[in-house]
Amino acid sequence: MLQIKARIISNKRCKGNYRHCIVNAKSLAKASNPGQFLNIRVSDGLKPFLRRPFSVHNINGSNLEILYEVAGEGTKLLADKNPGEYLDIIGPLGHGFDCRQEANRQTILIGGGIGIAPLLFLSRKIKSKNKIALIGARTKSQVLCEKEFRSLGCDVKIATDDGSAGFKGRVTALLKKVLQANRPTGQQVTIYACGPRSMLKAVCSIAMQNNIPAQVSLEEHMSCGIGACLGCVIKTRKGLERVCKEGPVFNREDLTWGKNEN
Amino acid sequence: MKINLSVKIGKIKLKNPVMTASGTFGYAEEFNDFINLKRLGAIVTKTVTLKPHIGNLPARTCETPSGMLNSIGLENPGLEVFLKSKLPFLKKLNIPVIMSIASIGSPEEFIELAKRLNKVSAVDALELNISCPNIIGEKTLISQECEATYKTVSSVRKATNKTLITKLSPNVTCISDIAKAAQSAGSDAIALINTLSGMSIDIEKRAPKLKAVTGGLSGPAIRPVALKMVWEAYNNIKIPIIGMGGIMDTPSALEFLIAGATAISIGTANFINPKATIEIIDGLSEYLKRKKIKSAEELTGSLSHEK
Ligand SMILES: Cc1cc2nc3c(=O)[nH]c(=O)nc-3n(C[C@H](O)[C@H](O)[C@H](O)COP(=O)(O)OP(=O)(O)OC[C@H]3O[C@@H](n4cnc5c(N)ncnc54)[C@H](O)[C@@H]3O)c2cc1C
Ligand SMILES: Cc1cc2nc3c(=O)[nH]c(=O)nc-3n(C[C@H](O)[C@H](O)[C@H](O)COP(=O)(O)O)c2cc1C
Ligand code: FES
Repeated sequence: MLQIKARIISNKRCKGNYRHCIVNAKSLAKASNPGQFLNIRVSDGLKPFLRRPFSVHNINGSNLEILYEVAGEGTKLLADKNPGEYLDIIGPLGHGFDCRQEANRQTILIGGGIGIAPLLFLSRKIKSKNKIALIGARTKSQVLCEKEFRSLGCDVKIATDDGSAGFKGRVTALLKKVLQANRPTGQQVTIYACGPRSMLKAVCSIAMQNNIPAQVSLEEHMSCGIGACLGCVIKTRKGLERVCKEGPVFNREDLTWGKNEN
Repeated sequence: MKINLSVKIGKIKLKNPVMTASGTFGYAEEFNDFINLKRLGAIVTKTVTLKPHIGNLPARTCETPSGMLNSIGLENPGLEVFLKSKLPFLKKLNIPVIMSIASIGSPEEFIELAKRLNKVSAVDALELNISCPNIIGEKTLISQECEATYKTVSSVRKATNKTLITKLSPNVTCISDIAKAAQSAGSDAIALINTLSGMSIDIEKRAPKLKAVTGGLSGPAIRPVALKMVWEAYNNIKIPIIGMGGIMDTPSALEFLIAGATAISIGTANFINPKATIEIIDGLSEYLKRKKIKSAEELTGSLSHEK
């Protein structure tokens, strides 16, 4: 874990409410693994008071990229930052995806909305040649990273709620279709997912029905991000675990999705 | 000019007056990547109970204006695990270790904890947390009543030779009465303040933001309240005060010392700036040099009323 001041190289709107920020941060870029996150101070003052967590979206040499959605006060302030300004960043944090899978397995990356953010970096690190990226979005103009996944050799499939691009419906319904089509090949599959809680819950239950391993990245409100405050805990089969330390990536078998969990 | 930052709390000597606030610094390991822990005046651990305690259900924290609410509910691994897997790291740091302890249910637990810890040399002092607002089902805190405070502190006093610090709640009518009760029961020092009781509502869901509904407020939002309580206690007791509540930087740390604190604890600030403690230690030195004051002790209670 490091705390550094990183210079902003660029911070631009990419689509709809989504923005893409590149910072120069050699030490962080070197230390980060897919699925890990950064805790960023978006204001020098007290408003907002706490840092904001963002996944590592991509690493490019000594540059580190994040992809974010303007969701409220903090992300609005982040969006207002200009190249040349500095960001106070703590990272890399948490336990990311374990992508040491065998090269002959099929990989399915599935992201809903801004949940696509950590999957690009992950996809670069996965050795398997057989990679499918399922991108879920509300509508065509909000589909993220299609080109980037293609250029990494992924077979990209899109699901939009309104059918304006790709499959019409939930990205989890698309996942079911893909698994069905794959069944005759008998190939072993691993699923990696990030997105809204309801989507992740559905992914886990589909994975369970098909007896497929799945790793999902969860979100919880964080105060410290470094395991000190015990504020971000969820109930897992191993007991209470900190999303910022034992997570944010969990194996589906460990999650209970209990009523009081989040 | 040689500056002397050291202060004394009971039997322990701190090389500077900056310590960590219980529950905001884990068991220190969490901050090892960010700062040289050996530079701290002392470390106060997350509160430990006799048996492992699971704490409250999430959501446990939420952000508020200039602060945050928490309802962690004293989640901790219990005494045995603390001694086995947390204390060895703290011991190696060679700085005073102040162990925060609490009882859940029966106050007898305090006595049991104090007795067992009396033989543990790596623990330099005990901080009695009789002020956690997050124990479900407990309507009043020990530190909300003079008599209960007196009884608890004096019974622990009999069970330990270690330096004893009593941590008080700000949710009281008269803080100096409670502080006096702890002093006369034999406490070596007072720590204040614990969090202020509060709540926050999600207006879309019309639901409380914390699962436990209410929680403890910390951060700069509570600083003026905390400062006034330190000042009031200072004017009414003789034992040292460890001041805390919203200290973020050197100026806010200085306010507490001037109001009457002998030492200060950094809490929520650690979440926003994990280097806050070290920056404050350096900042205090610079301030004393600039003001030509030889020692931190001289600052304590140096509030001047004349304008
Ligand atoms: C491990 C982790 C990784 C994340 N990665 C990304 C990412 O790569 N890109 C991205 O755009 N967002 C990511 N998020 C979510 C992001 O942190 C929140 O959107 C952001 O903190 C909102 O801040 P705000 O001040 O703009 O909004 P606020 O005004 O604070 O809140 C706006 C909305 O965001 C929700 N929110 C606030 N804080 C969090 C939080 N910590 N987790 C989840 N929801 C929150 C609020 O409940 C509210 O609905 C991640 C969250 C976590 C925990
Ligand atoms: C997340 C969190 C957990 C805390 N846990 C404890 C605890 O276990 N024991 C205790 O005595 N105080 C606990 N506190 C209170 C702090 O030690 C401190 O008294 C309070 O937060 C005020 O200081 P601050 O504003 O600098 O944080 C906790 C505070 C926070 C924010
Ligand atoms: S955010 Fe503090 S422990 Fe996870």
